[in-house]
Amino acid sequence: MEEFFQQLTNGLAVGAIYALIALGYTMVYGVLKLINFAHGELFTIGSYLGLTLLTSLGLSDVFGPVLAILLLAAMVMGLVAVVGALLERTAYRPLRESPRLSAVVSALGASIFFQNAVMLIYGARLRVYPLGILPRTAVNLFGIYLPLVKLLILFASVAIMTALYLYIHKTRIGTAIRAAAIDQGAARLMGIDVDRVILIVFLIGPALGGAAGLMVGLLYGQINFTMGWVYGLKAFTAAILGGIGNIPGAMVGGILLGVIEAMGAAYISIAWKDAIAFVVLILILIVRPTGLLGERVAEKV
Amino acid sequence: MRDHSKIIYSTMTVLLAMSPLFLNKYWVDVLNNVGLYAILGLSLNIIVGHAGLFNLGHAAFYAVGAYTAAIFNTRFNIPVLWLLPLCALSAGLFAAIVMRPIIHLRGDYLCIVTIGLGEIVRIALINDIFGITQGANGIFGIDRPSIFGISIRRPHEFFYLIWGFVAVSVFFFHRLENSRFGRALNYLREDEVAAEGSGINVAHYKLACFVIGAAWAGMVGDIFASKMTIISPESFSFWESVLLFTLILLGGSASIPGVILGAFLIVGLPEVFRGIANARMLIFGGAMIAMMIFRTEGILPSRPRRYVLPDESSGESRA
Repeated sequence: MEEFFQQLTNGLAVGAIYALIALGYTMVYGVLKLINFAHGELFTIGSYLGLTLLTSLGLSDVFGPVLAILLLAAMVMGLVAVVGALLERTAYRPLRESPRLSAVVSALGASIFFQNAVMLIYGARLRVYPLGILPRTAVNLFGIYLPLVKLLILFASVAIMTALYLYIHKTRIGTAIRAAAIDQGAARLMGIDVDRVILIVFLIGPALGGAAGLMVGLLYGQINFTMGWVYGLKAFTAAILGGIGNIPGAMVGGILLGVIEAMGAAYISIAWKDAIAFVVLILILIVRPTGLLGERVAEKV
Repeated sequence: MRDHSKIIYSTMTVLLAMSPLFLNKYWVDVLNNVGLYAILGLSLNIIVGHAGLFNLGHAAFYAVGAYTAAIFNTRFNIPVLWLLPLCALSAGLFAAIVMRPIIHLRGDYLCIVTIGLGEIVRIALINDIFGITQGANGIFGIDRPSIFGISIRRPHEFFYLIWGFVAVSVFFFHRLENSRFGRALNYLREDEVAAEGSGINVAHYKLACFVIGAAWAGMVGDIFASKMTIISPESFSFWESVLLFTLILLGGSASIPGVILGAFLIVGLPEVFRGIANARMLIFGGAMIAMMIFRTEGILPSRPRRYVLPDESSGESRA
């Protein structure tokens, strides 16, 4: 039983990270109907930027560990958001009116571009986050060993997701985002500046991805330039699992995928870990073709 | 206009056929890779280009073909070229079985499922499924192909085998896209509901195009296995599927010349940029974005179908 809860907390921590990345996919998809394949690379950029800022600024000496991490996260999120907005400007805006597949190829191109840019700047080898940023203490909860990093990740991602949910559902801009996702043309007619909505989506999504990148750096301590590919694919799976375009769906899908993976690795086979996630996905899609929370859209003729 | 392009295509064909005479081994081998990607591209084109279905897991079918060839060749010593039909059969059958329950998924849902399928196959190969794929190291010692007792070894010899296969594929897919089957695929790509309403069994056609594409990719797998003599799961990664998908859209989807041009670009561009070693993939990624912005439909897009109406002897009209 202890083992089970241990795996559950592992799964929740990784799942929270998947969920944060999946939100970026799902928000962009909701408004543009575009799979932003470069999103995984924005996540990588976030974790490398985190490394640079961490080693060069020495924030934790001045502010103490927790405040330093928060400051760091804010900076990383801001910078990655700018990269995301630039990406939208250069690679996606010119293709807004073209066939969907052209934009997908542009996204794949952007992904290759970013991945290699990171490789050229930071080198192809594994990079290590400095040790001891966070105190290596652990909380013992009814015999379950919970490291501080994981708790922090869980709290931070729940906080971010709650904030996002409130933002999308309670504010004017959030309403505009939802309107643009339902029908871009109608939203435009109602006086919503759709270009602005898209820009906002491309600021929020990458910012969340960047935060996730920083979390992975802190959790595992090592990062490499190709990891965006793997995490991006998992997060995209999570977004589809929850029903793409659906924000709560991405959160549920991410957490679920993380837990399934952790359990699968622990109780079935570690070598098949990555395959298990996909098998579950396929099984769920056979039963629910639009994901867990995706609404069924009736085809109008 | 039409004669114009005919002259260009025949000149290109003659130039290509003679190229081994003046190119060195290295470049002939590059051309061989172009040829393999061209055939794979054509086989995927029927799914992505004509039926408009997202398939980002084509490498899975290719892998099934290659492993079928490798296993039967190394265990039972069956000559690789004799295995072509068996590879087509196994890859096609695999596609029929795995795609059957998920063929009704739409757009991006189908896309992620094909990605998942590709990954599952790759992981299964690494984990030595059924004890026959020999894990991450792969299978080695696959025979070279031989035609009438002449063994094909050197790149120059492979060149004619591979490009001969390209010619057969072009003929086959050209006939297919102008058939009733090809028209039905185009119809369901443009409007699935209307196609269904006109009596086209959408699920059946979608599945059939996956099976045909997979079977053809399976045969390429056979040629690939005998060319490399060693295959391992890493040859069939997600990246391969992405390359195939990209080459179709760069060249021009649903267009045979476009797909072949796409194969030249995808294999050729990184070779041309080899001088700047590390940055070549960076430039390649940038080039992909630029090409899509400036030629949204790909470089050689397919033209709309044209039909000459029987009662109008002079005029052509769009159908």
